[in-house]
Amino acid sequence: MLVLEKRPSPSRFWQYATPVLAVVLTMLAGGLLFAALGKDPFVAIRTIFWDPLFGEFAFYLRGQLLVKAGPLILIAVGLSLGFRAGIWNIGAEGQYIMGAIFGAGVGLAVFPTESRWIFPVMIVAGAFGGWLWSMIPAILKTRFNTNEILVSLMLVYVAQTILSKAATGFLRNPQGMGFPGSRNFSTYPAARNVELIAGSGMHWGVVAAFIAVIAAYVLLQRHMLGFQIKLAGQAPRAARFAGVQPTRLVVMCMGISGALAGLAGIFEVSGPAGQISIDFASGYGFTAIIVAFLGRLNPLGILLAGLVMALTYVGGEMASTNLGLPSAAIQAFQGMLLFFLLAVDLLSNYRIRLMTGRAA
Amino acid sequence: MNRRILMASAAMALGLAFGGGAQAAGMDKVKACFVYVGPVGDGGWTYQHDQGRQALIAEFGDKVDASTFQENVPEGADAERVLTQMALGGCNIIFTTSFGYMDATNAVAAKFPNVKFEHATGYRRDSENVSTYGARFYEGRAVIGTIAGRMTKSNKIGYIGSFPIPEVIRGINSTYLHAKKVNPDVTMSVVWAYTWFDPAKEADAAKALIEQGVDVIVQHTDSTAPLAEAAKTEGVIGFGQASDMKEYKPSPRVSSIIDNWAPYYVKRVGALLDGTYAQVDSWEGIGAGEVEIGEITDAVPAEVKAEAEALRDAIGAGTYHPFTGPINKQDGSAWLADGVTAPDGDLLGMDFYVEGITGDIPK
Repeated sequence: MLVLEKRPSPSRFWQYATPVLAVVLTMLAGGLLFAALGKDPFVAIRTIFWDPLFGEFAFYLRGQLLVKAGPLILIAVGLSLGFRAGIWNIGAEGQYIMGAIFGAGVGLAVFPTESRWIFPVMIVAGAFGGWLWSMIPAILKTRFNTNEILVSLMLVYVAQTILSKAATGFLRNPQGMGFPGSRNFSTYPAARNVELIAGSGMHWGVVAAFIAVIAAYVLLQRHMLGFQIKLAGQAPRAARFAGVQPTRLVVMCMGISGALAGLAGIFEVSGPAGQISIDFASGYGFTAIIVAFLGRLNPLGILLAGLVMALTYVGGEMASTNLGLPSAAIQAFQGMLLFFLLAVDLLSNYRIRLMTGRAA
Repeated sequence: MNRRILMASAAMALGLAFGGGAQAAGMDKVKACFVYVGPVGDGGWTYQHDQGRQALIAEFGDKVDASTFQENVPEGADAERVLTQMALGGCNIIFTTSFGYMDATNAVAAKFPNVKFEHATGYRRDSENVSTYGARFYEGRAVIGTIAGRMTKSNKIGYIGSFPIPEVIRGINSTYLHAKKVNPDVTMSVVWAYTWFDPAKEADAAKALIEQGVDVIVQHTDSTAPLAEAAKTEGVIGFGQASDMKEYKPSPRVSSIIDNWAPYYVKRVGALLDGTYAQVDSWEGIGAGEVEIGEITDAVPAEVKAEAEALRDAIGAGTYHPFTGPINKQDGSAWLADGVTAPDGDLLGMDFYVEGITGDIPK
């Protein structure tokens, strides 16, 4: 029979192999699901993973992968720092929304002034909005020892309500005939997050995501804070002896992840989304949690994981429109990815042994 | 301002500019594609649009490929990508079936001048290949308001609004005016759910209304949750929204207001096939079959049913307009003089309650 035996230390091989194995298992199980729905599983998997990169419309879709992956990577990098230290910010979606509202609010307040300072100020305001929203759970945790998971998650719903109010009220387009939604930033050049190279999908948010990956890598490898984060996650008691102040760590990690989520929000609203609308929040903040874990909480891993996740979105859409797969099947397919990742994670911490004879 | 006349003259100007020849040739086969905001199984808004898509297949058979649709498309960047993929993928006409796709539809339409775009409930037609269409749901609301006014015993009607936008406000005003007409003692409370489809929130709204003594619930949100909530309390009734919601017959669902997009979709794709397609701003109601009143069940007394059906038929025949003066605004100022019917421009931008409704529209 099979038994699990705990490894003395996590296997390095499996730490890198599990994400790949999870993707492969997702393809297999997803293929079965698609076959059960009466679609050719090989065509479906090819449509999701191959066509966006090398298919007929790849010239357009490759850029779209960056558009989709940018905010995921930016948010996930921030989250991974806290997750490593055992600080669980689950409310990045709310911070993303607040970043968009703060940043867009600044831009819309000065409409139609033209100045090259507007966009940079909007970015700062966006980061501030996300940071502010993450400080609520951070301070409640450090002062009153509340659970940051619950508080940050609940604040997502508060942020969504504020978003509704913004779209139908205080940020509504005065020339919109009473319909919800703010002015579209595509009509306001000074506040527009432009596509840097036409057709490439590259916008300032994608640039920021790459910078965040590099910065997080350096932070974790070379900086004292990075060391403290890793130590606090691996050995909380030792961390305290080594002079890590838990309060400071919570505020730093929540603040960084909140600010990055806010940045993702302002880049999205001023670029690809174009406006504050009722449905502006499309779940990037939650999906980024999957991306962070799929990337092993490692900045470079997150970069790859974000691109893979974007692929499942863009390819999943293609499979849905071209093959008639229900969108729920695509969502289930994406869910499998996290499911298998968590399942095969077992392999990095445990060894599977075949035992002969009777177990005690 | 009359939007239709404006539209007609704009279309004429375009026709002149392009010699009217662009669409003269018909097509042998049309690929019609659909973008949905919800799942096709939502039992409401998206379900009805998908029924319209299936009607195309039933009507045109091999001459139309209407197999391409995408559910659950968020607005913004995702909608633009889906639309671009569809246009690249050879769709001839793309129906974008939610208000939130307005900017994305116009942005993509500018890049694909040979593809026709049809945007539901919007008002922007930036390029020649974008048409907009909507339905005069307020006509159906008048019929439902009449039933509501007759049926309420507590004289309290509850209204679950989605978002404070002109379309929803029109429905509230139309319902109230017609309830009041048959029952002068009626009062109406409006609860804003800030969602189109969220069963939990809608149920909460219905519960709150019932606790206030409301015994008739009208909803402008798409799930069946308010009806499920009404079913729990004896004597509370409600109406199906967007689709028939017949599983709650004969009570609490005593009637319904049904969106029927099939006539419009068939007309537009037919026009593309025979070469008569032109840009439009379409806003039809009961008369064209786009708004239907679902079966009025036996829970409603026969004379009320007859009254409601007579009103429906009068609106359909064009002999009665639900907004006919004298009507004052909530603040008491005059809106429509005696016998005057509301111009479409006023209706499309409606941002005020009529006199007698309490509460404020959230700003």
